[in-house]
Amino acid sequence: MEDALIIRDLHVRVEGKPVLRGVNLTVRKGEIHALMGPNGSGKTTLAYVLMGHPAYTVEQGEVLWKGQNILELPPDERAHLGLFLAFQYPVAVPGVTVANFLRTALNERRKRLNPEDKGIPIPEFRKLLREKLALLGLEDSFAARYVNDGFSGGEKKRLEILQMAVLQPEMAILDETDSGLDIDGVRTVAEGINRIFGPHMGILLITHYQRILNYVKPHFVHVMYNGRIVASGGPELALELEEKGYEWLREQFAEQPTA
Amino acid sequence: MAETHLIREARGIGPEAFEAFLETREEPEWLRQARREAWQILRETPKPGPNDEAWRRTDIRALAIEDLATVLVGDGATPPEAMRQIPERRDDLAGGLLLFNGQSLLRWVDERLERRGLIFTDLPTAIREHPDQVAPYLGQIVRPGDGFFAAMNAAFWRNGIFLYVPRDLEVTLPLRAVIGLQGVPTDFSRILIVVEPGAQVTFIDERLADDAVGAAFHNGTVEIHVKENARLTYIALQNWGRYMWNFTHERAFVDRDSTLDWVVIGMGGGITKTFLEVALIGRGATAYMSGVFFFDGQQHADYDTEQDHIAPYTKSDLLYKVALKDRARSVWQGMIRAHPGAQKTDAYQANRNLILSPHARADSIPGLEIMANDLRCTHGATVGQINEEELFYLMSRGLSRPVATRLIVEGFFAPVLDRIPVPDIRRQADTIIHRKLGVPPEEEF
Ligand SMILES: Nc1ncnc2c1ncn2[C@@H]1O[C@H](COP(=O)(O)OP(=O)(O)OP(=O)(O)O)[C@@H](O)[C@H]1O
Ligand SMILES: [Mg+2]
Repeated sequence: MEDALIIRDLHVRVEGKPVLRGVNLTVRKGEIHALMGPNGSGKTTLAYVLMGHPAYTVEQGEVLWKGQNILELPPDERAHLGLFLAFQYPVAVPGVTVANFLRTALNERRKRLNPEDKGIPIPEFRKLLREKLALLGLEDSFAARYVNDGFSGGEKKRLEILQMAVLQPEMAILDETDSGLDIDGVRTVAEGINRIFGPHMGILLITHYQRILNYVKPHFVHVMYNGRIVASGGPELALELEEKGYEWLREQFAEQPTA
Repeated sequence: MAETHLIREARGIGPEAFEAFLETREEPEWLRQARREAWQILRETPKPGPNDEAWRRTDIRALAIEDLATVLVGDGATPPEAMRQIPERRDDLAGGLLLFNGQSLLRWVDERLERRGLIFTDLPTAIREHPDQVAPYLGQIVRPGDGFFAAMNAAFWRNGIFLYVPRDLEVTLPLRAVIGLQGVPTDFSRILIVVEPGAQVTFIDERLADDAVGAAFHNGTVEIHVKENARLTYIALQNWGRYMWNFTHERAFVDRDSTLDWVVIGMGGGITKTFLEVALIGRGATAYMSGVFFFDGQQHADYDTEQDHIAPYTKSDLLYKVALKDRARSVWQGMIRAHPGAQKTDAYQANRNLILSPHARADSIPGLEIMANDLRCTHGATVGQINEEELFYLMSRGLSRPVATRLIVEGFFAPVLDRIPVPDIRRQADTIIHRKLGVPPEEEF
């Protein structure tokens, strides 16, 4: 099970309120899973819990990755195990340039792997960064800007994927990376994701729209409703949702006790 | 390392100490007279206490004035290598000066500039060799009546710096001075800067001492004249030891159409109380006051600033950024004053505090006093902690908590540090910041 992220019976509370109420999901390397579901159903909560956000309390369940339960680990250690989260709402870090941030992140990882490591040589880093910027249709000057500070919605989402391209995770959770992007932006970012994706990594793609799924083809589609995954299927499930909306879920799961 | 050998020492501010002090000085009569007058005022001025408004938040009851070594004559000092190297002759400086334990150990100025009238030397030498340039200015801006420590400095100052830039001279490379202390209990320094009309210069002033235990004391004065159409960039880095009592009065007169860019970096000291003031005395004058402060351990620093708009069409812009760790405490009291007739004043002040530990504390007290009616004055003060969402974001990329914190603190200071035109100073500030955070920096990018 080295190659899978396994979520088992995950229950999570936020400020005393149950938000995840028994999530089960397995994402293997080489697979793309789309996670859909109405606003407030718990998708971002799941993403945050997987990455170790301190505001969320896990009540029950486990998350296995690389043979260990990662729920006890701080976010940085999860990152070093190859986990990555592209944020729905990326956070501004004023005064810190994109280049400095990425280089620090890369060097932190190198140092974890080898305490003797002196960090990535500057020319090598510049080359890497320039290559990844081009991949996402970004100007070189983007690297000199402060992280997410005054960025447009689309720029923020591009920066998330730029980070993924540089850090090369093995399991990436992309939380509404398509929202806030214009039509060309969705295509560019989707192409970037496809270039990064491969048998060496798994992707959990959270989205509300079929549009991105036209480019990034999911192997599986899941629907979250009220803190649970209530339906799973192939790509056709996304098309069905696009057509029918979520109303049918409400009818079908109305008897579910709510918090 | 050779220690400073004390030839003479006396304590306190009483008549015997003062007479003994005068005896150690070979100075012209006008200066002796000025010292006597200052000493008289000092005798009539009580040591500030918790009932004085400006001193309410800084308790100096433990400072025993009668024990201060006001008279201290020594020789034979060898500064630490790192200190000695800073002002050495280099291609990227126009001049250097090292005052160590009150002695002038090094001074040089680019000869071409010297021939054109630039003076950059220790103050006693300037008084001997250039009395006509010094006498009209010394003690004209910071006066003995300004306060107890101003009076004490005017009476007992021992060494200092004189920078004089003659009319229309543009000095492109910075001048750099170090005031260093090691193993002596007191220092009284005085800096006088005169930038004549149309002249331009950048001056870097570093105050350095190690953390040797034992009550060390520094009393400093800075007087700045920026005349018509002149420009001064003044960068002051204070990194005294953490057991130092540090008191200064610093004030600039900024005249017609001139610009003062004043950057203060404060990292050291045990208990610091500093008055930093700009007076915009000529129409169209501009002053920027920027500050980067980082205190940790038990450090206490109290900064009193004033932006005095006296002439019309003047602009001032203050931004002081403070980070505090452990049990450190900072106080900033800022006053914008628009005098009658200072129409079209454009004044701004902001103080931002980043609290890194639950026991650190920042007091931020902005103030406005408006006696003109057609103007724009704004201010802002914030005290906040590290944002947990920022921390989580950075940690999710694999940065450990200390490294993420380091990046956030660097980012907090960046808008001010990025404005410093001298890379060396920027690096030095970064080094101190990283030492305080306990996290090594990334190598140069
Ligand atoms: N930090 C928090 N504090 C309080 N409530 C929270 C917090 N985080 C999530 N919630 C609540 O948990 C529920 C699930 O929110 P979550 O953000 O996970 O939904 P989502 O499925 O990502 O929605 P959307 O599609 O709008 O992004 C919502 O009711 C939300 O208000
Ligand atoms: Mg969400």
